[in-house]
Amino acid sequence: MKTYTHPVYAYVRPAELGGTTRHWPVVVAGAGPVGLTAAIDLALRGIDVLLVDEDDTVSVGSRAICWSKRTLEILDRLGCAERMVKKGVGWSVGRVFFRDEQVYEFNLLSGEGHRRPAFINLQQYWVEQFLVERLSELAQADLRWRSKVVGVKEEADRVAVRIAAPDGEYTVHADWLIAADGARSPIRSMLGVECEGQVFHDRFLIADIAMHSGFPAERRFWFDPPFHRHQSALLHRQADDVWRVDFQLGWDADPEEEKKPERIVPRIRAMLGADAQFEIEWSSVYTFQCRRLRSFRHGRVLFAGDAAHLVSPFGARGANSGIQDADNLAWKLDLVLAGQAPERLLDSYGAERAYAADENIRHSTRSTDFITPKSAVSHTFRDAVLGLAKRYPFARALVNSGRLSLPTTLSGSSLNSPDSAGAFGSGPVPGAVAIDAPVAGPRGGWLLGYLDAGFALLCFGSSVPAEAVRSLARDGIACTVVQVGGAPANGACLIEDSEGLAFKRYDARPGTCYLLRPDQHVCARWRAFELGAVRAAIARASAQPAQAAKAAA
Amino acid sequence: MTALNTEANLAAPDDFYQELIDAHRDLTEAQSALLNARLILLLANHVGDLAVLREALAAAREDLGAVK
Repeated sequence: MKTYTHPVYAYVRPAELGGTTRHWPVVVAGAGPVGLTAAIDLALRGIDVLLVDEDDTVSVGSRAICWSKRTLEILDRLGCAERMVKKGVGWSVGRVFFRDEQVYEFNLLSGEGHRRPAFINLQQYWVEQFLVERLSELAQADLRWRSKVVGVKEEADRVAVRIAAPDGEYTVHADWLIAADGARSPIRSMLGVECEGQVFHDRFLIADIAMHSGFPAERRFWFDPPFHRHQSALLHRQADDVWRVDFQLGWDADPEEEKKPERIVPRIRAMLGADAQFEIEWSSVYTFQCRRLRSFRHGRVLFAGDAAHLVSPFGARGANSGIQDADNLAWKLDLVLAGQAPERLLDSYGAERAYAADENIRHSTRSTDFITPKSAVSHTFRDAVLGLAKRYPFARALVNSGRLSLPTTLSGSSLNSPDSAGAFGSGPVPGAVAIDAPVAGPRGGWLLGYLDAGFALLCFGSSVPAEAVRSLARDGIACTVVQVGGAPANGACLIEDSEGLAFKRYDARPGTCYLLRPDQHVCARWRAFELGAVRAAIARASAQPAQAAKAAA
Repeated sequence: MTALNTEANLAAPDDFYQELIDAHRDLTEAQSALLNARLILLLANHVGDLAVLREALAAAREDLGAVK
């Protein structure tokens, strides 16, 4: 590769090989985006975490390239997103072509009044490097390279993890093991569990090419283009003048043949023009599956990311959903390890993220069926949609070249407290993720920047009694109060709704309160503050037994 | 709730039927299939209501005869 030099991370002989043993609250297997995010989140919560990876560098090849707004918001909380946004390529326009003409274009433009754009494009290796560097700042974390998990054994109240290092094998004990060891998850095999679902019989060529080009930073998707008849193709810009190209090849393609430069170069020339100047940095031929584990929790082992669920790449739902897994899991592990919540809270991790995985699999399967129709009639309908899309707006809504990843609304979650009937007409429902808005206050111009690592109560236009602000902060599971407008602050963090968008987006009136979980999902909301109701909702959102929730109220 | 109207609703049924068949004149089988698909999509959008469309899909699947 010319545009990126892979760092080589040093293997350090661990103390365990000298006979010292210690207990870890959490061991994470796999230093990809998901394992790294989980480790950073846990370390920032003050939890000692051991992260092991069998390799000694970051991802080879760009792999995941589209990072969603929600991913950036999560990584903002962890202090990692700014570098990604600076390095990455912002884009909002997508164009869809059918045969030799454009049938429509879309503009995501959700950047208005939000800190982060809908998407940025950045090669996975850059993201991993930034996350590794962030993790290495945190004393609570130990990241061990060239260290592979080769055995997992559940014991009475802990899990024994056998690790193979270059100069020997050793065992560490942990309360919890996060298996973020990727699509082929060895830990999945060790536990004898498999993902269930659909395997697609199609092959795709994916390549990173370095080129200086006047093409704008847009997502371009072709159905049945003249340069690649009867198949689909994609062109998308990444950082450092690297471009992602993707060609559908069909099931009969020979993966070894198709990876050869003499096969790839003519395909790219056909797409970009005979005089295009480029260099191939990386290529791969892939197939994909839409599957998930039935349960993401197996005793003391918690599966996350590709180890737990697999989707097609259309729609950027792989790495983005995996990072949301980590975001969902870290605070729950924190509360369970601190003895503040029962282990049942971890079952809600499995339930919520399996629900999200099902949504992602559904979107991803639908996109795949549209892009690669499986029957003659499906093909006919697909072409009919594309043919109508150029002229008729209604058909554009049916064109599906990947529904781009949005955070899942966990509407059925047992952690939610339901709304009073008719109380809200809009705004984020319990289970939805908090919405950013421009604000003015001591910590900068964005609402989400005022949410810390714990529960937060967002109060609009009216004060919470000082005594209530103090006692919420002192509770076992603490909750900070952020007040949007109104006076006095009574000890809450006061911010101003500088453009009126926060009130609007939250359907707020003076007195409206939203209770946000540590992962910034709404778990309850009311039209007026009531201390007992807030405490009961926190108890429910941390899976306390029903009587505790009642006592809190 | 709107239901699928399966009572006679065409003012000039014979005219419509002839125009439907005429629309396929001189088309290849593939073109005919495409025309039908486009027609279904246009009409489905005009109906809009998913409940009505589901009823229509179910009604269309009834009595198709044995699958060979």
